[in-house]
Amino acid sequence: MDRRKFLGIAAGSAAALLVSLDPLKVLAQGGPIRIGFLTPLTGAAASSGRELVDGWNLYWRQAGTKIAGREVQVIVEDDGSTPDIALQKARRLVQQQNVHVLVGDVLANTGLAVAEFVKGTGTPYFMPVVAADDLTQRKRIPNVMRMPGFSASQMTRPLADWCLKQGYRKVATIGQDYTFGHEQSGGFVQTFTEGGGSVVGQLWHPFNTSDFSPYLGQIPGMKPDVVFAVETGADAARLLQQWATFGLKGHIPLTTSQNTTDQSIIRNLTPAETEGIISVAHFAEGRDDPETRSFVQSYEKTYGKLPAIFAAEGYTGGLWLADTLKKINGKVEDTKLLLSTVRSEVVLDSPLGKNLKMDDYGNPIFDIYIRRVTRRADGKMVNTVIATYPKVSQFWHYKPEEYMKQPPYSRTFQGIKQ
Amino acid sequence: MRLLLRALLIAFFAFVIAVPFVLSVYPATLATEALILGLFAMSIDILAGVAGRVPLGHGAIFGVGAYVVAYHVAVSGGNAWIGMLLGIATAATVAALFGALAVRTTGVYFLLLTLAEGMIVWGICYRWTSVTGAENGIRGVARPALISDPHIFYYFVLLTVMMAAFLIWRLVHSPFGQALRGISESSSRMRTLGYNVPLTLTIAFTLSGVFAGLAGILFVLLNNFVSPSNVSLDQSTQGLLMVILGGAGTLWGGFVGSAVIIVLSNLVSAYTERWSMILGLMFIVTMLFASEGLIGKAKALVGARSAGRKTA
Repeated sequence: MDRRKFLGIAAGSAAALLVSLDPLKVLAQGGPIRIGFLTPLTGAAASSGRELVDGWNLYWRQAGTKIAGREVQVIVEDDGSTPDIALQKARRLVQQQNVHVLVGDVLANTGLAVAEFVKGTGTPYFMPVVAADDLTQRKRIPNVMRMPGFSASQMTRPLADWCLKQGYRKVATIGQDYTFGHEQSGGFVQTFTEGGGSVVGQLWHPFNTSDFSPYLGQIPGMKPDVVFAVETGADAARLLQQWATFGLKGHIPLTTSQNTTDQSIIRNLTPAETEGIISVAHFAEGRDDPETRSFVQSYEKTYGKLPAIFAAEGYTGGLWLADTLKKINGKVEDTKLLLSTVRSEVVLDSPLGKNLKMDDYGNPIFDIYIRRVTRRADGKMVNTVIATYPKVSQFWHYKPEEYMKQPPYSRTFQGIKQ
Repeated sequence: MRLLLRALLIAFFAFVIAVPFVLSVYPATLATEALILGLFAMSIDILAGVAGRVPLGHGAIFGVGAYVVAYHVAVSGGNAWIGMLLGIATAATVAALFGALAVRTTGVYFLLLTLAEGMIVWGICYRWTSVTGAENGIRGVARPALISDPHIFYYFVLLTVMMAAFLIWRLVHSPFGQALRGISESSSRMRTLGYNVPLTLTIAFTLSGVFAGLAGILFVLLNNFVSPSNVSLDQSTQGLLMVILGGAGTLWGGFVGSAVIIVLSNLVSAYTERWSMILGLMFIVTMLFASEGLIGKAKALVGARSAGRKTA
């Protein structure tokens, strides 16, 4: 058979496949409000993505799916934990399913990919988790906002301040060697050193480190007053376990950012490994507050476990968006109105806390809690609040324009004041 | 049969040319992506199918092309066309290095060596924050004004890919291509015949890298951003799977493989979040019943039928 023949076969099959793609375009004005929800259901961030969509769904189940007489339609897509798939799905949601709003994504690189895409289409994109600093700082896009996510370095500054107030002056940090780790650690050490503290050592380890002993072994020799750790997922669980096994727990105070002592981690560890660890977050499942309590209870009842931070963010993301849509009478097509309302609106109460508000750069201002892992009456471990920093902005006490003149945090630039 | 095939072929080309008019934006983007990744697969096929050396590091070459363009355009604010030339040159250099190091090995050792080479590039992209933006990648890679319109960009990709495919086809059917086939069958015999086997393979590797880099460049122009996942092992495996699915050594199989994978993953994922499992099953079934790939199988079937007719 000659080349022409099998070219033809290739052609035929490819054509058939492409034709079957021809979209069923649904064009409806005044029809349902369509929201595209991107979340990793496969890949590295799958378990976080699952809790994110569970929290989001819980909100709509409780609040109902009608706003100003219009049905709210949510189309959930798996972003595969990779930027290329996230981008492909975002394209499909916007260009084929004609969603009015995009919500979601967990990993920074997936969020950045989608943000880059909506920069061109103008579609409002709200991120409940994605924390890459520059998305709402040096490289912000007007139609991209965190709702109710945080920028990585915003979260850790109050913790540094709290550590200084405890009298700690020397810190050693350990963290995953990637941008999120660099940014969270940068926020901490910059505030810590500007407040008079010093950094005795910074340890960076690759993702999925199975053995922390080469790192943990160095820490006692640095003689720190306190250790700060940025760990997510399996690394977080292993760090807490090995911190206890190597006998460091109880000798050197360990403080961490939001993910390390998150429910998704500590529910699988023993109380001996987690009790008493200090962390910082804008959500604490053990916070003594009616709104938080009712969210935690209904989440526990529905899904049979305590909510992780992602669940709270998914729920609050739904709440914030629904509030905004109600305020503009369901006119979701009016992107300008939608975005300006999000900017001016205050969410009075949510599982995260009271009075959530957007800053001028698309990043929320909210209370940040210093938390301690404690045992609940039924024996389960929860994060309870030991100190509250009210209305923390991503710019902390700096002037935004001044702050954005410094380079983004990286392994080599941590903002350390000598 | 011949007439039918010819009609199908004409219909297909008419369709390919009419894509921006027949399909709406999203499927048209998928078609663009299928063309680009098809070229990427074809570049791998030069080595995997023709020279009998299966590389697992081509994602890195693909990504290097993409990164150079992204850096040149988005970070240094340079001209995109010059960026594209730089991208191809860098991809070719990286491929020449990869090739020079790997060509003395065969089989699984070649696979592992190219895998390791790819991982080095990935490691660099993942760690060199000041240049590559680490895992956040580089975004804001604007297309030159001339091809910024999606329709025009589709034709630009179509034209570029067609030309590249023609060049690859010419290459493989040239005496050089025959030498590669010879090496694939028996490198010792080729050596005895006086061929410089490592040099031939290094040249093939470099040329293959030029096309892989070109595909990467088109890809970054389509997506406007690049991240380490574009240089990762996943990218290399994806390209290789496309080759195997379409049929190694058939060249055009890469396009079939890329179209099938892109279309299926998009169709299936609309219905179930277990779409990657379904794709996996499809690979297994293909390997069990059509180990020569889709084009290879189709070729065999048609061949058997016309042979049957001749004897009848």
